[in-house]
Amino acid sequence: MSPLLGVITGDDLLQTGFSGLAVGCKYALIALGFSVVFKATGVINFAQASLVLLGGYLTFQFTQTWELNFYLSVLLAMVGGALVGVVIEGLVLRWLVGESPATLIMVTIGLLFVIDNVVTSIWGPNNRNLGDPWGLSTRELFGVTVTDRDLWTLGFTAAAVAVFFAFFRYTSLGLAMRAAAFDPEVAMAQGIPARRVHRVAWAIAGVVAALAGVTLAAGSGQLSPATGSLALVAFPAIILGGLDSPLGAVIGGIIIGLVQQFTALLAPEYFDWVGESFELVSPYLVMIIILMVRPYGLFGTPEVRRI
Amino acid sequence: MAITHALTDALRPLGSLAPGRGGPARDLNLSYNDEVKLLPSPRRSPWRWVLVVGALVAFAALPGYLGDPGLRVLAMCGVFAIGAIGLNLLIGYTGQISLGHAFFVGVGAYTAAYFGGQRGWSMPAYLALAALIGFVVGGVIGPFALRLRGNYLVVVTLGLVFLGEHLWNNWESVTGGGAGVSLGAAPISLGPLDFKAGLEIGDIRYSFAQSMFWFVWALVALAALLAKNLVRSRPGRAMQAIRDRDLSAEVIGVSPARYKVGAFAWSSAYAAVAGALYGLLQQFVSPLDFTLFLSITYVAMIIIGGLGTIFGSIVGALFVWGGRSLIEQNSGSAVFDSLLTTGAGDSGILTIGELNAILFGLAIVLFLLLEPRGLAAFWFRVKIWFVTWPFSY
Repeated sequence: MSPLLGVITGDDLLQTGFSGLAVGCKYALIALGFSVVFKATGVINFAQASLVLLGGYLTFQFTQTWELNFYLSVLLAMVGGALVGVVIEGLVLRWLVGESPATLIMVTIGLLFVIDNVVTSIWGPNNRNLGDPWGLSTRELFGVTVTDRDLWTLGFTAAAVAVFFAFFRYTSLGLAMRAAAFDPEVAMAQGIPARRVHRVAWAIAGVVAALAGVTLAAGSGQLSPATGSLALVAFPAIILGGLDSPLGAVIGGIIIGLVQQFTALLAPEYFDWVGESFELVSPYLVMIIILMVRPYGLFGTPEVRRI
Repeated sequence: MAITHALTDALRPLGSLAPGRGGPARDLNLSYNDEVKLLPSPRRSPWRWVLVVGALVAFAALPGYLGDPGLRVLAMCGVFAIGAIGLNLLIGYTGQISLGHAFFVGVGAYTAAYFGGQRGWSMPAYLALAALIGFVVGGVIGPFALRLRGNYLVVVTLGLVFLGEHLWNNWESVTGGGAGVSLGAAPISLGPLDFKAGLEIGDIRYSFAQSMFWFVWALVALAALLAKNLVRSRPGRAMQAIRDRDLSAEVIGVSPARYKVGAFAWSSAYAAVAGALYGLLQQFVSPLDFTLFLSITYVAMIIIGGLGTIFGSIVGALFVWGGRSLIEQNSGSAVFDSLLTTGAGDSGILTIGELNAILFGLAIVLFLLLEPRGLAAFWFRVKIWFVTWPFSY
C-alpha cells in the first residue's frame, strides 16, 4: 500500500489500531475492576494493581507448578482473586466505610505495598512464562498480523463486559448493587444489605483483576513483578471515562490503549521533540486535557454540591 | 499577602512573655494575641517549654554523641520533615489530596543541581531560587484543584509525577537524563560557615555529616515556624475552613481560588527546598529519586505523624525514614537473619527491600485503622489527661 503519511503506511495504521484495541482491552479489564469497587463502595482501589499481579502469579502457580489445564487455571485464579478481594474487604475496608477519600486511597496504597511484596517474596523477582497455550503464534486477519493472545484478550474482554452488564441488568443482586450505588441510604432503608453489596463488588474486582493479569502476562516471559505497575496506566482510563461509570471504564480503556499505541507509532516520526518513550506518559496528558473540559470524565456523574 | 502575614505573625508572640493570670482561670484567653501565641508563658504551659529546651539541647549535643551514619540518617529525616510540613499544609490543612509531591521535590533538586552544581551559584541564591521556582510551579498547578475535586484531583496529581519523570529523563541539558546529575560542585556555605568542608568552631573541625545535621535541622525549625505562623493566622483559618467544607467556606467569604492555589504554591515551595537539600545530602540526583514511591512516602509520613499538625509532620518523617534506615542498617543482626535473604540458597524468605515495603504498607494500614490522627494523637492524649486532671474522664 502506498504511504499515506510520509513513511507510515495504511497497513501500519491498521496494525497499530488493532494492537491499540488489544492493549486497550487489557486496560478496560483493569478499569472495570476499579470502577465496580468505586461505584459500590466509593473507594479508589490502588490495590487493584496488586490483585492483577496476584492473578497472573496464581495462574502461573496452577499451570507451571501444579501443571493443571490452562483454562482451568485461569478459572481457579479468578476464584482466588475473588477470595482475596473479599478478605481485603472483610479485614480492612469494612472498618473504614464513609471515611475521607484521602484515608481510603492511602489504605489501598498500603495494601498495594503489602500484597505486591508478599507476591514478590513468594514467586521471586525474575520474569516467568505464564504457560498460556498461545505463546507467540500469530495469524493473518484482514491484511494485518495479529497475535493469538491479542485475539483471546479481545474475546475475554468482550465476554467479561457482557457477563458484567448482564449481571447488573438481570440479576436481583445486580439490581441491589445498582440501587446501593445510586443512593446508599435509600437502598439500606429498602433492606438491601450494604455489606453483601461491598463484598460482592470486591469479589468481582478480584475476578476481573485475575483475568486482566492473565492477558497482561500472556506471551513469553511477560510475567514479572512489574506487571502490577502496568495496571497504574488504567487510572487515566477510568478517570477519562468517569469514575462511577463501568461503560466509561471500558471505553476509556480502549481510548487509552489506542492513544498509547498511536503515540508509539507516530511520535518518533512527527514529534520526536517530546522525547523517548512518550507513549508511557501520553495517557496522563490526554486524561488531564479531557478533565479540563469535562471535570467528571466522559460518562461520569457530576457531583451535586450542597452546603 | 500570605508572606507578609506569616512574617508579621512570626514576630507577634515573641513580644509578650508576661506571666499569665494566676488561679483557676489561667487557661482563659483574654486577647487574640493570647490565642495565637506560639509559646505561652512558662507558667501556663510549662511542658511546651520543656520540649523546646529539650529540642535545643538535642540539636546542640547530638552531633557529639551519634556517629556519622546516624547523623546522615537524621539529616535526611530533617529533609523529609521539611517536605512533609509542606505537604501537610496542602493535605492536612487545606484538604487538597495530592500524590504529586515528588514532582515538586524534583523541581527543587534539579534547580539546585543546575544553578548550584553547573552554574556555581552561592547556596543562599540557589536555595531561594529553588523555593521560588517551586512556589511558581505550584501556583501554576494549583488552579487544577479549582476545577477538580477529591479523587479526580488525586489521579491528576498522580499523572503529574509520571509526566515529571518523563521530563527529568529527557531534558538532558539540565537533568542529565536517566544517568542523573551530580551536585558535587554546588557550594554549601553560608557566609563564613562552610558546611561542605565541615564547620570549624574553636579548634574543632566537624565532619560533613555533623555540619549538615545542624544546617538541615536549623532549616527544619525555620520551616516549622513559618508554617505554624501561616496556619494560626488568617490564611490558616481560611485553609481549614476550605478543608472542612469548601462550599460553606466560599459562602462565608473565603476565596477558594486564593487559598487553594496559595496552599499548592506554599507546599511545593517547601517540597522544592526539601528537594534541593536532598540533592545536597546525596550529592547526586536521578529521575529514580522522584517516583510515585516518594510521593507515597511523603503522604504516609503525614498520615503516620498526624494530619493537620506541624510537629506531626516532623515526627512522621522521623518515624518513616528513621525506621526504614534503622532496619536497613541492622539487616545483619540476629533478629533479621532468619527472616532475610540476600539471594538464592539461604533460609530467609524476604529481601530487605521487601521487608521494608511490607512494614511500610502495614504501618499505613494499621495507623489508618487504629489511630487515624497519627502519632500526634498520643501527645494530645497525654496533654488532655494533664489539662483535665483530676477529672480526666
